[in-house]
Amino acid sequence: MTNALTLTDVNVTIKGSHILQGVNFEIEAGVVTGLLGRNGVGKSTTLRSIVGLVPRVGSINLFGEEISGLRTHEVIRAGVAFVPEDREIFASLTVAENLKLAERDKNPDYDTVHQLFPELLQRKNQRAGTLSGGQQQMVAVARALLNKTRLLLVDEPTKGLAPKLVTEVAAALEIAAQATTILLVEQNLPLVKRVAKNIIVMDQGVVVHNGTPAELADADFAKRMLGVSGGSH
Amino acid sequence: MEIFITLFITGVGLGALYFLVASGLSLIYGLMGVLNFAHGAFLTAGAYAAWYFTTEVRADGSLTSYAISLVLSGLVGAIFAVATEQLLIKHLYDRHIDQALVTVGLGLVAVSAYLGWFGSDPLIALPPTQLYDVVQIGDAFVGIDRFLYITVAGLVLLANFLMLRYTRIGLVIRAGVENRAMVTALGIDVRKAFTFVFFIGGFAAGLGGALATTYASGVGPTLGDAFLIYAFITVVIGGMGSIPGTAIAAVIVGTTQVLVNYYVQGLGDFVVVLLLAVVLLTRPQGLLGKVAH
Ligand SMILES: Nc1ncnc2c1ncn2[C@@H]1O[C@H](COP(=O)(O)OP(=O)(O)OP(=O)(O)O)[C@@H](O)[C@H]1O
Ligand SMILES: [Mg+2]
Repeated sequence: MTNALTLTDVNVTIKGSHILQGVNFEIEAGVVTGLLGRNGVGKSTTLRSIVGLVPRVGSINLFGEEISGLRTHEVIRAGVAFVPEDREIFASLTVAENLKLAERDKNPDYDTVHQLFPELLQRKNQRAGTLSGGQQQMVAVARALLNKTRLLLVDEPTKGLAPKLVTEVAAALEIAAQATTILLVEQNLPLVKRVAKNIIVMDQGVVVHNGTPAELADADFAKRMLGVSGGSH
Repeated sequence: MEIFITLFITGVGLGALYFLVASGLSLIYGLMGVLNFAHGAFLTAGAYAAWYFTTEVRADGSLTSYAISLVLSGLVGAIFAVATEQLLIKHLYDRHIDQALVTVGLGLVAVSAYLGWFGSDPLIALPPTQLYDVVQIGDAFVGIDRFLYITVAGLVLLANFLMLRYTRIGLVIRAGVENRAMVTALGIDVRKAFTFVFFIGGFAAGLGGALATTYASGVGPTLGDAFLIYAFITVVIGGMGSIPGTAIAAVIVGTTQVLVNYYVQGLGDFVVVLLLAVVLLTRPQGLLGKVAH
């Protein structure tokens, strides 16, 4: 078992508040790992620290290469794609321009994108700011699928989506998972159970548990670790 | 009516000069969050370059020499701007107050340097006499130079538009104005776009300096500062980061200033500031600016 990503004692302090307080975990290559935890425990900050969007100290190792000293665009070019929590698509650009901006490879994989989200092709000249929330999420996910990546970081891709769209996004993740390693922050536990092989649980800025999705079926575990009752909602 | 036409076109011409300074300010602020108080110094540098070229290097008073001086002054402004970005601003990224202070300092240093080199009296420029001809529109007479300013600013506006709309770097700039962090999270080194924006902003300001020398019949150490104030007002009224907004605001500011100054002696500047206050109170993001997020 090789590791795609290893975080060792990663700390993040923003404006005096110590948000990540020594995060340690390893991510197995070639599978999906779910990153779980209550609201505000530092899941998004962990992803942002990996891509260098927040100042971080500690070691971040990507397939044997230390990336904690790299600037954000260099981390991405080292083979990382990032789908942020609030989509962060460019509202004033068209759908096509949003995707064009994300192109890095010589032959960006538009086939997969259009197969997964045919709507984006139909709406290619629409301003992304006028898309529905779900369509914006498609753009955010599509941006990450255009290039070959070694690690895909996805932050709550199904937040606020209708069930049908949740299924589509899940399908997209499963297809992406065939070609890359995924670290997925997700509150939808049935989805985590379906796609993830491993789970990491955070609480108050540190990792408190490493395990498998099967444990999520245990109501007591879910309540203790995630503050939710039962394994689904 | 004749007077109105003459004044109106003069106002649009003055607005064109404001636009040349303001377009760079707007893009620099929109993309990087830097208020560049040194922008007036870029203009003055371009102005002295144009003066030097047309009085010392090729003082034949020909249109060709004048045209060359325009390009030259643009390049001088661009080089000054890129040097400023690379040597000073680059090292202070995301420290917006420090960046603003550094540009204020540079602006002051530049004025004293110009003072030391060229003296405090304005140096008289001798543009081609053709520029002082007038054309008749209806019963009104308008100086040809006004149309030159408008044409040059129009070309700069068009070039900006084409660059922003159809080139990769333009796409990066438009996206960066909206959300810089996310641009880097797509693997793009947004700092290259910063340098580029300083280059084109400095070029337009330098070009504006050459034209301002013609407009004001000469160049003194603080020529740029006079324009910078109105350019800032233009940018705020138009909306930070919006080039079309800047163009519209430049015309509004230029014409208001000239018209009011004529009809109510000396009140033009005051009315422009009033206009700024009204826009800030009713539409703080400016005419075409985006609401900050
Ligand atoms: N830029 C910032 N400035 C100040 N505090 C921040 C900043 N970013 C995050 N925080 C704080 O850090 C903590 C962790 O935030 P983070 O977004 O990482 O949580 P999360 O686990 O992703 O939560 P959620 O499930 O609600 O998305 C929160 O208390 C948050 O308020
Ligand atoms: Mg989060």
